[in-house]
Amino acid sequence: MNVTLTVNGEPRTAEGVRVHENLLHLLRARLGLTGAKNACEQGECGSCTVRMDGRAVCACLVPAGQAEGADIRTVEGLAGEDRLSATQACFLRAGAVQCGFCTPGLLMSLGELLDEDPDPGEDVVRERIAGNLCRCTGYQKIVEAARLAASRPPGA
Amino acid sequence: MAHLRPRSWGEALALRAAHPEAVPVSGGTDLMVRMNLAGHRPAALLDLSAVPGLAEWSDRSAWIRVGPAMTYTAMVRDLAEHAPALARASRGVGSPQIRNRGTIGGNLGTASPAGDCHPALLATRATIEVESVRGERLLPAREFYLGPRRSMLAPDELIKGVLIPKATAPQEFAKVGARNAMVIAVGSFALALHADEQRVGTGIGSAAPTPVIAGAAERYLDAELADGDYWEKRRPLPDVVHRRFAELVVTAADPIDDIRSTAAYRRHALGVLAYRALRWCWTDFLKGWR
Ligand SMILES: Cc1cc2nc3c(=O)[nH]c(=O)nc-3n(C[C@H](O)[C@H](O)[C@H](O)COP(=O)(O)OP(=O)(O)OC[C@H]3O[C@@H](n4cnc5c(N)ncnc54)[C@H](O)[C@@H]3O)c2cc1C
Ligand code: FES
Ligand code: FES
Repeated sequence: MNVTLTVNGEPRTAEGVRVHENLLHLLRARLGLTGAKNACEQGECGSCTVRMDGRAVCACLVPAGQAEGADIRTVEGLAGEDRLSATQACFLRAGAVQCGFCTPGLLMSLGELLDEDPDPGEDVVRERIAGNLCRCTGYQKIVEAARLAASRPPGA
Repeated sequence: MAHLRPRSWGEALALRAAHPEAVPVSGGTDLMVRMNLAGHRPAALLDLSAVPGLAEWSDRSAWIRVGPAMTYTAMVRDLAEHAPALARASRGVGSPQIRNRGTIGGNLGTASPAGDCHPALLATRATIEVESVRGERLLPAREFYLGPRRSMLAPDELIKGVLIPKATAPQEFAKVGARNAMVIAVGSFALALHADEQRVGTGIGSAAPTPVIAGAAERYLDAELADGDYWEKRRPLPDVVHRRFAELVVTAADPIDDIRSTAAYRRHALGVLAYRALRWCWTDFLKGWR
């Protein structure tokens, strides 16, 4: 089947999609967007997190055909031409990126949170990233990055 | 292999009848795990996500009606007032990503003994609406679960909605697992006080081949509350009643030893959950809940 969707604001069509394929495979293998990572394909690690019609979801658990007509946002859509997004910049400043495998998923999860609540407390941040595993940082720097992003002056 | 995507409920029922090989999919959080890893390759998918209205809930005076595609995120947000046990259970499901996609209809479709909606639906005496081209049936939650991952749902039926009596007194849901997020419960328990009918309802998860009620515990507590006129007088409930209730809840369980827990620990945990649920509910009731 063909699946037509909007990815990072642009209409895209993936051809020859098989019924048992998931959205993560569609993005990575058919559209060449390898920012969302594949680690478990069980919904356990969150490294495949993308925004689907605004909500943070595990792309590995979305049947590809269900993405027909959906608005999908991936980590590739966050940075501008020559500028990181504010949250990305905060990740660097806080030292929240080590191997970086978990980072795209975390940015998408935190993006949903910061859209809903521009100044979440530490508990809220921790609860919101409970579905994103990081094997490197121990999470502290990630939480700091999120708090930094939340407290940044408007427009920064 | 086909991806069937009906645009209306009627079309969904017709496709269900015409394509018995097609597996329904709502949020995909159960089905896709099986498809990704277990090599489960259904011949076709019947994707319910384009049928309008299935994710909504509505107010039916003494009841609420919850659409099968309502997500945990939406139930946490919207149902705390009328279905507090279900909202509480939803809050503890998986992770934010799972709550954004996982649905009550999918939880019922899977009918796992560990599914977190079930204890709340049993305790509140909810009714499940199912439909096929042959017609509609109303199935009490208390009759719905038949065995591990088996329910009353017929092969040509779809889950259409869940009817839940509005809360008239406190409800609780609690579960025990290895950590706060992302665990399959070792045991879970829901308690609903039905003040208008002056009776209680219970539901137990992960402690038997199906979700179950604690019938003896319900009958015991109903009798105690009636004999002591506790509903009207709103008096504190003696500790011994809490303890006897918890003991009787444990007798309803038939747990197993598995990778997550021993049966003995499951029994112990369930007793603690039941004791606390009653204490929390009754304390809130005395505080003049509504
Ligand atoms: C990482 C992870 C963590 C999880 N944690 C929890 C947890 O804490 N608690 C918990 O209870 N569950 C948990 N789950 C399981 C799952 O998220 C829930 O059971 C969820 O409710 C399934 O809903 P869904 O819409 O995604 O189901 P789907 O996968 O879409 O469907 C599940 C089943 O129901 C059937 N079905 C769906 N809708 C209908 C309908 N309208 N009519 C008839 N049949 C239907 C499908 O055919 C399928 O067999 C977890 C899953 C993952 C991957
Ligand atoms: S790859 Fe999707 S959650 Fe791990
Ligand atoms: S930085 Fe390596 S997994 Fe998070």
